[in-house]
Amino acid sequence: MKPITRNRALKGAGIAVAGLSALAVAVSAHAQQTLNIVSWGGAYSMSQERAYHEPWMEMTGDEIVNIDRSANALAGLRSQSQAGNVTWDLVDMLPADAMIACAEGLIEPLDHDELLADAPDGTPPSEDFVDGALGECFVASIVYSNIVGFNTEMFPEDGQPSTIEDVFDLENYPGQRALMRRPINNLEWALIADGVDRDDVYDMLETEEGIERAFAKLDTIKDNVIWWEEGAQPPQLLADREVAFASAYNGRIFDAMVSENQPFDIIWDAQVFELDGWVVPTGKLDKVRDYLYFATDTQRLADQAQYISYGPARLSSSDLVSTHAETGIEMTPHMPTYEPNFATAIQKDDEFWADYLDELSQRFDAWLAQ
Amino acid sequence: MSDSAAPLTTADGVPLKVSLRRAVRRSKFKALLLVSPLLLFLGIAFVIPIFEMLSRSVANPEVSTSLPRTVAALENWDRQALPDEPVFEALVEDLREGQAARNLGLLASRLNYERSGMRSAINRTARGLGSMEPPYREAMLDAHARWGELDTWKLIERESSPYTMTYYLSALDRHLTPDGEITMAPDNQQIHVSLFWRTFWMSGLITLMTLLLGYPIAFLLANLPLRHSNLLMILVLLPFWTSLLVRTTTWIAILQSQGVLNDMMVFLGVIADEARWQMIHNKIGTVVAMTHILLPFMILPLYSVMKTIPPSYMRAARSLGGRPFLCFRRVYFPLTIPGIAAGGILVFILSIGYYITPALVGGQSGRFITNYIAYHMQTSLNWGLAAAIASILLFVVVVFYLVFNRLVGVDKVKLG
Repeated sequence: MKPITRNRALKGAGIAVAGLSALAVAVSAHAQQTLNIVSWGGAYSMSQERAYHEPWMEMTGDEIVNIDRSANALAGLRSQSQAGNVTWDLVDMLPADAMIACAEGLIEPLDHDELLADAPDGTPPSEDFVDGALGECFVASIVYSNIVGFNTEMFPEDGQPSTIEDVFDLENYPGQRALMRRPINNLEWALIADGVDRDDVYDMLETEEGIERAFAKLDTIKDNVIWWEEGAQPPQLLADREVAFASAYNGRIFDAMVSENQPFDIIWDAQVFELDGWVVPTGKLDKVRDYLYFATDTQRLADQAQYISYGPARLSSSDLVSTHAETGIEMTPHMPTYEPNFATAIQKDDEFWADYLDELSQRFDAWLAQ
Repeated sequence: MSDSAAPLTTADGVPLKVSLRRAVRRSKFKALLLVSPLLLFLGIAFVIPIFEMLSRSVANPEVSTSLPRTVAALENWDRQALPDEPVFEALVEDLREGQAARNLGLLASRLNYERSGMRSAINRTARGLGSMEPPYREAMLDAHARWGELDTWKLIERESSPYTMTYYLSALDRHLTPDGEITMAPDNQQIHVSLFWRTFWMSGLITLMTLLLGYPIAFLLANLPLRHSNLLMILVLLPFWTSLLVRTTTWIAILQSQGVLNDMMVFLGVIADEARWQMIHNKIGTVVAMTHILLPFMILPLYSVMKTIPPSYMRAARSLGGRPFLCFRRVYFPLTIPGIAAGGILVFILSIGYYITPALVGGQSGRFITNYIAYHMQTSLNWGLAAAIASILLFVVVVFYLVFNRLVGVDKVKLG
């Protein structure tokens, strides 16, 4: 009978805690407003909390509630809008999802020059943000990158991998690979490793021949691949030495390198970079207008780079990027947009994937099941 | 009883039948009132969602509501060549209206399911509508190559009806050709049918495993002295009360390649360190974890049936000279068949609907069709396809239930 009484005691304590925090929320909501902000969780949400949320709460007394639902944000926005009860005030999502949500009228069109802050030197937002950062309903805050990381201890010192071809080279670089279980990035990398010019990748993928060529290249390493689905898996797999290479978001690998001293390194060759940023659910613009202005200004975007190695989406922020908040190391060389890292970068083609993701996902799954 | 002509009446002259009916009606009404909260709950939480799911699997409102003029203009189209200017003009008007109302996204997604490239055809065209001038036919052909393809127009015409069977077809790896014939999808895109089969045969295997493991335990539970059987019962129920996620992740810790079991085998020298067994993230992981999780659902119905079999039957069989195995096979086993059937149907139906455990321990090869329902709900956002797959699954469950009811009878299912 012992487990039951203990269980009950724990439950009682849980209820008491939940009651207290509910009370705290209620009290602050009386005085100020509460913002429900949806994001990705993990190290990324933490960087937003430090750079945007905490200064904002201190300044205004608002309460900011973090919701880790960005991975399914489009589904969430759709169902909230269908139910007629939108509870999210601001959502962090990918531009591809934002494009779909915008076309469905789920999120507000944004007038960037009116809504956002100018750069310190007076440059209007439409010129200060990097290319593609301002969509019809979207404003980017970071540039992040999909890269392949590796465990340096699993290769001899004079034989460290450095290009995307090496990831597909089982002979010289043996070991398991961890790749994300989706066609995006993998098909691009397969074609580049097969010798396709990076400017031609998406044109190739629109043809049957190009798709077959990409899958044929993936076939060569298929037996050595572990497929991951959660962003936290690749650093874990590398640290456990379950794999030698792992595709990942560059911030996660950086985090493991500096915060946990893992012996990892990043292959910047053929990094597939994309943007990530804010959208406003329909009807919430007035509520979040001030916060959005604050959280996308030059200083805030530069501040965020102290906590995570994602590049700010504003040109004017680049000069303000300083050192890592905890370890004090220089952040600039770890940014996807740093010149030497960026030389062979590919921008993810959102329109291509908007058209072909359904078909290629099915084909990818069928290929996996073979 | 006499069957005389004069009907029986109560003391105040009301015919007995009427009075009785009244009394019964009143108590029926009271009973109905008592169960009405439950009925209401079932209606809201069960019947309406299922109805919603079934209707979503065939609903096809996108083309007919977003492109009404185009659909009307296509009525007299001969399907042999690209339509003429009036159709293009109607399409431009429809798209303009949709762009203003900001609802072209659903149409773009819907058409893209059937034909890749339609999403950008609509989105890109819609963005350029402001500066578009007649003649619209040329302007549209310039705007996106898809408008110059005959199949695009056949698709729009075909999907203009408010109902569609294409979701069911894709759920079964089939699709419609532009001319409306049903064909198999190309080999490299077939995925669902094999997953349905895998779900069914693995659920069958899991049911068999729970039966093999559960039968002896249920027998002990029913026949040991109370002291011991109570302890055994707690051992069966404790895991049953433990969170599903805890039990699933425990199996990951035990079975993974750096896990407890592999470490032990390496330590004992049974296997080499480089040749650790891969027991998780594949079919083995799913079968082992789900067998463990669903075991109580087999044991409890078996136990409730075995409890009712008097031990004297076996003794009688033995005293008539039967060897133990023969007595078991001819006397005891047939008496437990209702329990086996009840446990079997419970475990089987539960396991074809499982999705968390296969998602966590099944890897690529141990996935169930339910994981694809979740995928289409949350990631690809093709809710029509998710509804169609779920409806097929529901249909299969109902068929199994009817067969079971016919052969065994649902009233035999008891949990303890």
